Amino acid sequence: MSALQLTKVSKVYGSGATQVSALRSVDLTVEPGELVAVMGPSGCGKSTLLTIAGSLEEPSGGEVTVGGLPLSRLSRRERAALRRRAIGYVFQDFNLLAGLTAAENVSLPLELDGVPVRRARSAALTALDRLGLAERADRFPDELSGGERQRVAIARAVVGERHLLLADEPSGALDSVNGEAVMRLVRETCQGGVAGVVVTHDAQLASWADRVVFLRDGRVVDQTAPAAGPESLLDVDPAR
Amino acid sequence: MSVRHALLALLSEGPNYGLQLRHEFEERTGEVWPLNVGQVYTTLQRLERDGLIESDSEGDAGPQKSFRITADGAAELEAWLRTPPDLNSPPRDELVIKVLVAMRVPGVEVGEVIQAHRRHVVELMQEWTKVKRNAGADELSLPLVVDAELFRLDSVIRWLDAADARLRRVDTAAKRVPAPSRPEPRPARAEEMNR
Repeated sequence: MSALQLTKVSKVYGSGATQVSALRSVDLTVEPGELVAVMGPSGCGKSTLLTIAGSLEEPSGGEVTVGGLPLSRLSRRERAALRRRAIGYVFQDFNLLAGLTAAENVSLPLELDGVPVRRARSAALTALDRLGLAERADRFPDELSGGERQRVAIARAVVGERHLLLADEPSGALDSVNGEAVMRLVRETCQGGVAGVVVTHDAQLASWADRVVFLRDGRVVDQTAPAAGPESLLDVDPAR
Repeated sequence: MSVRHALLALLSEGPNYGLQLRHEFEERTGEVWPLNVGQVYTTLQRLERDGLIESDSEGDAGPQKSFRITADGAAELEAWLRTPPDLNSPPRDELVIKVLVAMRVPGVEVGEVIQAHRRHVVELMQEWTKVKRNAGADELSLPLVVDAELFRLDSVIRWLDAADARLRRVDTAAKRVPAPSRPEPRPARAEEMNR
């Protein structure tokens, strides 16, 4: 069963003369353990695709299924529960709550979902530890570096039993080495069976994905073939 | 890549044999640039001829011959490290030419040509990233070599994106400009006069 499936998804904003089609009949399937990057210029619909995939927004047409569950058949309440339990988001600007410590930020989605506080905190500490932040768990966001804040955001996105990780320009304004560290974490998360979708305009970030899908004017126009083995690069002509 | 200066650099660390030099060259460049033995020995012979290195024994460069750097060789290496490489772009960049030609050929959608190249370059970047991903945590040379390649390919993507955006802007502007005005047809004029 696919972790995420978008079938002929469209999204229209506004009406009449000011009507804008953000997505036009988009098909996209992501399998568990797969990392897909969606690349395209500003305004091509990538962020809309992500918010619809994560049920933060409803499509104007088409169907989205997450882990086999068609979102259109779920009530608002059920969709909210699915978001808390199965879907993790990483936003470009981190979106951490300033008044909560790193551990509290990470445990929040579990606590909101009714997981007893002690168990939620323990899961949060495990997630932070996996990202090398165990010793920073009691710090507030403004006491953390940009890279650390981003790792907390990832820990929050993967805490518990998430099946789908959605990230919008996840390396934000980080430098290339820190950006790479973020993508390494996203990849490791996916290797554990989580399906990942990263939207970005940055080809270096996208190149961490198993598959890169190109979006243009709200349509999927192309995608890369499954990545060839690295051997193909190293087998070069010595005379070069 | 200057094999000549790479060999001088390796010999600046101490005397060494040809085969060992080849092995170390490949290891330090992240095994991304394989070197054949013949190339190593030919280069060593030339360096010796030019007085930049010297060897223990007479005769052909063979596996048993050890080389060391001379003072002239060390000076040459020092000067090379500080000499800027040739960063001039080739006189005819094939990709640029293809996009320029695509704009002129009837029936060719230049956006599709750009996308075909974009996909190909991203696929190459995926392969290089895989090399970096599989590199050991303590490796440094390989990630540095791969980064250089990724930044180079990234600049190609950025040029393609810029070309795409520029062409689209021209396209949109062309659609916005009204068609060249034609002389008003007679009946309209007659209508005006009747008003």
